[in-house]
Amino acid sequence: MISFTPSEEQQLIINTVRRFATERMRPAAHDADEQRSVPTDIIGRGWDLGLLPSAIPERYSGFGEQHSAVTGILAAEELGYGDLPLSLHLLTPHLFALPILHAGTDTQRERWLAPIVEGGFVPYSAALIEPRWDLDAHSLQTIATPAADGEGYVLSGHKAYVPLAADAPAMLVYAHEGQSTQAFIVERGAEGLHILEREQHMGIRALQTHEVRLDEVRVGLDAKLGGTRGSDLDLLLNYSRVTLGALAIGVARGAYEYAIQYAKQRETFGRPIGQYQAVAFMLADMLIEIESARGLIWEAAWMLDQGQNATRAASVAKQYTDDAVLFVTDRAVQVLGGHGYIREHPVERWLREGRGFSTFLGLAMI
Amino acid sequence: MIDFELPTPVQRQLQLITMLGEQVMRPVARYYDEHEGERPWDYINMVWQTVKTQGGRTFSTDEKASTDKDGKPRPKIGNLLVAHTVEALSWGDAGLYLATPGSALGGAAVDATGTPEQKERFLKRFAEGEPKWAAMAMTESHAGSDTAAIRTSARLSEDSEEWILNGEKIFVTGGQMSARDSHGFVVVWATVDPSAGRAGMKPFVVEAGTPGMTVAKLEHKHGIRASDTAALVFSDCRIPFDNILGSPEVRSADQAGTKGFKGAMKTFDATRPLVAASALGITRATLEFTAAYLKERGVKVRYGIPLNQQTAVERDLIQMEAQHRAAWLLVLKAVSKMDAGLENSLEASICKVKAGAVANFVAQKAVELLGPEGYSCKLLVEKWMRDARINDIYEGTGQINRLVVARRILGYTSKELR
Repeated sequence: MISFTPSEEQQLIINTVRRFATERMRPAAHDADEQRSVPTDIIGRGWDLGLLPSAIPERYSGFGEQHSAVTGILAAEELGYGDLPLSLHLLTPHLFALPILHAGTDTQRERWLAPIVEGGFVPYSAALIEPRWDLDAHSLQTIATPAADGEGYVLSGHKAYVPLAADAPAMLVYAHEGQSTQAFIVERGAEGLHILEREQHMGIRALQTHEVRLDEVRVGLDAKLGGTRGSDLDLLLNYSRVTLGALAIGVARGAYEYAIQYAKQRETFGRPIGQYQAVAFMLADMLIEIESARGLIWEAAWMLDQGQNATRAASVAKQYTDDAVLFVTDRAVQVLGGHGYIREHPVERWLREGRGFSTFLGLAMI
Repeated sequence: MIDFELPTPVQRQLQLITMLGEQVMRPVARYYDEHEGERPWDYINMVWQTVKTQGGRTFSTDEKASTDKDGKPRPKIGNLLVAHTVEALSWGDAGLYLATPGSALGGAAVDATGTPEQKERFLKRFAEGEPKWAAMAMTESHAGSDTAAIRTSARLSEDSEEWILNGEKIFVTGGQMSARDSHGFVVVWATVDPSAGRAGMKPFVVEAGTPGMTVAKLEHKHGIRASDTAALVFSDCRIPFDNILGSPEVRSADQAGTKGFKGAMKTFDATRPLVAASALGITRATLEFTAAYLKERGVKVRYGIPLNQQTAVERDLIQMEAQHRAAWLLVLKAVSKMDAGLENSLEASICKVKAGAVANFVAQKAVELLGPEGYSCKLLVEKWMRDARINDIYEGTGQINRLVVARRILGYTSKELR
């Protein structure tokens, strides 16, 4: 039966995360961007929302039943509405835990999930993106080759946009192995693992990311996600696609709401600018694009929860959303005019973040 | 609970209409595009049998509450079903779909604004006898989006037993079939007090063949040519008093109030998602054909590769697919709200804006992608582009619907945001 209404439980989660986003994240967003740092107390409180444990079943120490992409993206939209870099920071351990939940062997699940879920926030991370223009997750230049003794793998390559890499106890490193992209668990201190200096980007400035170099990093056979059978990259990417899409919708919604409020207050020629069609139509189109993107992301997430092959739907939805968030945040700057360009107002920051989504390959999961 | 699974009755309906589209509509689509004045009687007679047994409501629903075996109320799916029907018929051919007999827009107006007695009196005919049509006449030569500016007048006869209509309506979809060539009717929007603006606007049912109502002209159109678009002239056209639609207070001519106008707007809440659905039926036809045509000729679409590594054609096709699906989900949202008995005018306008724009984008892009073949009348793509074009215009242009959306989200009245 076609329905666009979240369940009561989901609505409760939406309300809780929205309150956190409104009361905690939004007030901190401006300074976090300026100072390029995330207030740790917010992350602690955000972690206490229990988003990751509720996605992990009890047998792996979580308190969830079954991981639901739909429930996840409903929360992700609210997080994105709060602040993007804070959200990405908060969700970083998900990049490690959720692939292990979905594609890991039982041994990997038992070893890694409990310590992540049971304690406070610990920045387990993942390294997928590489610093080159023609990045394609299906043909990475980071290479994993079987070790000469047959007892493990050797990883070599160059990664970028690795969140919280400096403090990560372990990260999933994606590399080309055999005919496909596979993920490998690399622990802190591994020989040949070099965490390079912190990166700077146009947006998501508060999020600490690093380039990472792997010089013949040796890992065991048990480090390969899913063991010998490996993992399906697209399944993992699909969770990421819908999460990033939902975060983007949250960012866009924030920009849209801000522009609406501004258009009702700012007067020109004796009336609020919202009373001119030229501005009003921009605002209408912003809402229409947000609604359009949301439908696509919800449907793709629903397909994931149904166990259907969601690659086509999720990638199409993600591509649409990447365009939509850029459009909406850009129009928000335009509605504010000169003021939109000034960093006192958040809309220019949202545009800097909005532009990033077509780049943020695999940078969030929920 | 968020869910995208289509109910079984809707799936069955889709299969049936897809067959009808493939076997009956597509083969004659080009013929009726080239023979604008001819009516597609084979199609009409065939679908009339089905329309009739389903009660004749083609643009509205008359769904009775029902319960499942545990006694729980079943969710209503009437509007969802109609939207899928309209979409699939338009996938077959939009011009033929618009020529489908049944209560159509006129019936939707009766359903949205009529009393139970009026619904019975006016809509019963669509469940029996020969094919019939019902049209809605709103637009006048000087009043399109500005519906409150209409000048067609209705005044009471001296004995107060009849209304006398005078004026001229244009762009009446199915006007000839409803007013002249079947035992149908036209819902005519007229003002009982030109100085009262919206407050004076009321809907009147004029039976086919009523003296004083004439078909003055049939338009020659860019597309949807299998459907007639008529100009209707009313000169001292007398209709019974009880043919003014609505409750007694609406019907009272001297009572100020905008219930009549609001009735028109309420009709739009039901019909705009259906026009959007029709637009997206054409869009789906175009998209499926274009993708298959290119695939057969070796053009691959790689899903899930980065934007900056897609070929121009891949990017176009993915955008077309995404735009189409996004717009369709907006339609589903608007109709499922309606089925749930919730107010949906914002969603109705949103999906109409989006679908109107998407239908044009996809069809115009398809002509481009197929090059010389796309522009040629050998294929239906050029026709689909012409058929699609109306959808950003009728049942409220993209602009007037944006205005509806903008007023709603900004909290402005129609005086504040003109």
